[in-house]
Amino acid sequence: MEAYFGGRGLAAKILWDRIGGQWPKVDPLGPDNIFLALTGPMTAIYPGARICCSGKSPLSNGTVGSTASTEFASELKMAGYDGVIVSGKASRPVYILVTDEGGETRDASHLWGKLGEDTIRILNKEVTEELTKRKPNVGLWREPGIIYIGPAGENLVRTAAVMTKICHAAGYGGYGSVMGSKNLKAVVAKGRGIIPEVDAPEAVKLLWKEVHRHLIAESGFRRMGTGYAGYSVGADTSSEPIRNWQEEWHDERRYGGPMFETRYWVKKRWADFNCTTSCMKLSCIKSGRWKGDITDMPDYELEAYCGTNLGIFDPGDNIHISAVVDNLGHSGINGPNTMGFAAELYQRGILTKEDFGFELKWGDAEAFEKLAWLIAKREKIGDILAEGTFRAAMRISEMKGVDVMPYAVQVKGIEVGAHGTRSDADYTHEISYAASVQGGDHTSVAVDGYTEMSSAVFTDSAVICNFCFFWVPRALVFDFAKAVTGFPITMESWRKETGPRIVTLQRALLLMGGPDVEWRPVEDDDNPPRFYEPLPSGPHKGKATNRELVEQKRRTYFETLGWDERGVPTKETLEKLALADLELAMRNLRK
Amino acid sequence: MPFPGVEVPHLCAQCDDYPCVKSCPVEALSIDQETTAVIVNKEKCISCGKCIIACPGRVPFLHPKDNKAIICDLCSGDPECVKVCTEAGYNALTLVQEEMSVDRKLFARHPIEVAKDLAVNLFGEKGEKVI
Repeated sequence: MEAYFGGRGLAAKILWDRIGGQWPKVDPLGPDNIFLALTGPMTAIYPGARICCSGKSPLSNGTVGSTASTEFASELKMAGYDGVIVSGKASRPVYILVTDEGGETRDASHLWGKLGEDTIRILNKEVTEELTKRKPNVGLWREPGIIYIGPAGENLVRTAAVMTKICHAAGYGGYGSVMGSKNLKAVVAKGRGIIPEVDAPEAVKLLWKEVHRHLIAESGFRRMGTGYAGYSVGADTSSEPIRNWQEEWHDERRYGGPMFETRYWVKKRWADFNCTTSCMKLSCIKSGRWKGDITDMPDYELEAYCGTNLGIFDPGDNIHISAVVDNLGHSGINGPNTMGFAAELYQRGILTKEDFGFELKWGDAEAFEKLAWLIAKREKIGDILAEGTFRAAMRISEMKGVDVMPYAVQVKGIEVGAHGTRSDADYTHEISYAASVQGGDHTSVAVDGYTEMSSAVFTDSAVICNFCFFWVPRALVFDFAKAVTGFPITMESWRKETGPRIVTLQRALLLMGGPDVEWRPVEDDDNPPRFYEPLPSGPHKGKATNRELVEQKRRTYFETLGWDERGVPTKETLEKLALADLELAMRNLRK
Repeated sequence: MPFPGVEVPHLCAQCDDYPCVKSCPVEALSIDQETTAVIVNKEKCISCGKCIIACPGRVPFLHPKDNKAIICDLCSGDPECVKVCTEAGYNALTLVQEEMSVDRKLFARHPIEVAKDLAVNLFGEKGEKVI
């Protein structure tokens, strides 16, 4: 625990210990893979509780720590458990119920094929009734915490997310399909106990108040969340994907935050357990053709990927696509990235009406809704697109005899988040995605081999929310970590030891890859080709990602982490980080 | 939260007619003369759950540790929940001195019933279907 902390770090370690020996042979969607849903030591104690999903990723063939905000995490801890690990495969659809009495599998055949909303509704009722039956006179049971998959996960769509609370998702990594491959529809947790005791309770109380004081001061973010960024990231920083990243600038004021807020936000502060920030807002369409659609803000990423990247600039249409994508259990970033990719191929005449069964024009919400269903059900071209942007690009290139890889905006199999690098005005820069062990993940970008360790690598392993972290002084957060665990943890130890240990292990597993994909070091540690095309419009017109800087920064990044010039961890580094058992596998990769 | 977004505060409404107190077969529940709140005598409580069923809002519950009834006692007139909410800066809970003419029973409702109304308030027609 001290060496890997929890969540993302611990998941990588458990995977290495259990299936590392056969890693290149393990099919991510086969019974040998392991699905993990882990909390971290700080989960449900520090503000902003999340669950971290992991396993061998069907997209990157490495590991990703994919987190989502949900009461599933706190309920799991209150039931006395830190995580759920699922191996093998069930012979029929099941869900797992975790209570104070332990874990059990229950039949889920009646839930198979159900959309997200229905899954939640049925499980809430069913589990609450069952628990009431078991303990009839203790009082009402608050509803359980649930993580689940939609039809996309069931049908092994590689980009499928692990969903929770209708519209919250652990999206990167494609762990929805890993759950689907195990016939696991949902994991439900309900505890009646208390959050586990911490090492220094009085210190934690004081620190909690101090952290809260910093977070409660962020009134602007509390009011707007990231829901105002759908306009500003396009208009101001010129880094918002538009029509599959053909552009990154727009000035569509009707797509601004106030339009979403005034017409659609039905709940302006929506928080998960123990969250001070409460940046989430609930949207609902109450009239018109999309009546009844419910989703969160949408947050910036979905405003971009379920909106501008599909040529959609209408808040209602954006909410509709977000709600469809959530309900089907697609990852709202990765699934629609593939949809945008498909639409560009349609624009270029590479894919045609025959492939889809309908026309796929930019901005046509009805057509994109149909496409989301096509992919979730693996029908027609959807069967190929369900493999994710990278694999679909390979298959379509073969099928159509045209190289479509230049239109695939992904890094090492993982579709890139909605922050471009070309304008260089956003927080993402040359090697943010190119060198990251989690590919296109916008929440965990490669910075300089040093600072990122104490941000995303830490929050994903402590399993707390970034948005309860950014505005809190780092020293305070690490004091909190120490007070909770009693480990002698400091920011320095995390930056120099624990962080690099986790990232180095992830890098090793990523490079081992297999069985269908093996990444070429350096060559694949690069941005998608589109990021080197000059921006065609806006205040940053003509700018592109600087290739020389990419190479230079990547070299420095590898060097800082103690990897060789091709990014393979050196023997010395492995020994220093207590990862010597990786040496044999890494030796084969060195030249 | 019977449906995402539909969070229902589930607190004692301080009914004037004390159905919980009346339901107790062992006189473990009494009324605090100063605050008019319900006081549980844990020694007497036999964990039968009758007060829970008698409560129109199903607010009491048996504590997971000692299995004895928990009912809001208003912290002797200075509720901790209000203090912490104010201190945290949320100000969602405030202490109000009400006239006895307010019919508090109207607030004592089953949370699922409240959730159904709240869902319609939030989601319109769709709200009729979600819970």
